[in-house]
Amino acid sequence: MNLKSVACCLALGSAMAIIAPRLAAKNPAPQDPAAQRVTRQTAPPQSQDGEEEGQRVFEQNCARCHNAPEGFSPRITGTIVRHMRVRASLSRHDEEVLLHYFNP
Amino acid sequence: MLVFGSALMSFAQEAPLVSGGVGFVTSTTGGSTTYIPVAEPLAAVPLGQHLLVESRASLLEFFTPGSRGYNHSHFIALTYLQGDILASPHLTIVGGSYLLPFGTYNERLTPIWIGNYQDEPLMEPLGLMSGGAGLGGQLRGSLVSHPRYAIDYAAWFSARSSNSQFQANRSSGFRGSLYFPEQRLEVGASYGRRLEGTHENFAGAHLWWETKDAGLRFRSEVARGQHAYGYWLEVDSRPFARGNLESLAGRFEPVFRMQQTFRIDNLASDGLPSVNTQRADFGFDYDLPHNTRILTSYSRQFSAAGNSNIWETGIVYRFLFPAWKGRL
Repeated sequence: MNLKSVACCLALGSAMAIIAPRLAAKNPAPQDPAAQRVTRQTAPPQSQDGEEEGQRVFEQNCARCHNAPEGFSPRITGTIVRHMRVRASLSRHDEEVLLHYFNP
Repeated sequence: MLVFGSALMSFAQEAPLVSGGVGFVTSTTGGSTTYIPVAEPLAAVPLGQHLLVESRASLLEFFTPGSRGYNHSHFIALTYLQGDILASPHLTIVGGSYLLPFGTYNERLTPIWIGNYQDEPLMEPLGLMSGGAGLGGQLRGSLVSHPRYAIDYAAWFSARSSNSQFQANRSSGFRGSLYFPEQRLEVGASYGRRLEGTHENFAGAHLWWETKDAGLRFRSEVARGQHAYGYWLEVDSRPFARGNLESLAGRFEPVFRMQQTFRIDNLASDGLPSVNTQRADFGFDYDLPHNTRILTSYSRQFSAAGNSNIWETGIVYRFLFPAWKGRL
């Protein structure tokens, strides 16, 4: 495969990744609904600031690699956060915010 | 009373968990299809306030076409089994068998319920010292966490082990990453050195970036050893990040990966193809409800050893629940 073929593959792949979601996206929303599901199923309403910061920490540290699981027991939120602290090298502050986000 | 209540609440949220993924994947090359049922369970058990024990295993059964029907073989192994001591806000001490923190793919994207493709990049063995796991100790943590930037680090030393469940090479290395939250940009570098047999240095770098609505994600790695080097870059789009899960079309995730490996010489067996190889992977994943994903891809591989088409399909279910029943 020469340079031209590589360039073609890159262009085709990039076009596919960029154009397809635009065709699919009819109702853009600012927040990740997957993350919202986690909140709904594990947590009662909390202050907007706390929720926004919790969502920010979640998106920047967890959702960069994987989708949010569709709900989980509040009994394991501390274990999840401890696992993420190690895997994603969370700071103490982000760890606390994330725990509060899951279980205010 | 408040402190006691908080401690009790925290303890109540730290039940041991069982997570992981089960799936069924197929791979077709040159008209031959291999079927692979796979399970990757993960357990995490907190002990006290500062210790976490976690482990992941891999169970696979391969059904491959033979001259007289299908042959089958299986593979069962612990991927890692490690203890994490939360020593301070900036330091976690890891001991046991752990995933080597070289690059990003090995630690972040190998679980079947996370990766966009069933197979790892061609250059992935570079820097992973044959098995991808180390046996020994690791220091890691968040060095700096500022609203505008964050720096994290990981450094390891691994002893040699020939135990069937904990095979590892004697090696050491480190990784450092710099993350800019506002730009959603991460850059990092890795270094590893094999300390047995023919000593060899590996160096790598990674760059991840995503748009602010997380709808478009770019991830890439480059690595170089003394006998080969290569790169991969992956672009995927997540329409559901834009709030489009209600639409059937919005659950599609188009994915594209480009990768190349370059052979310097064949003096060592480092797991990379023996000749220069290029591969383009076009994927379409689909997120079903209830933590289930469908993965499909077509790949075209070019090399002096022959060009080939690779078709892959799979379905993966992710589970996550407490290890035993109880009430909060």
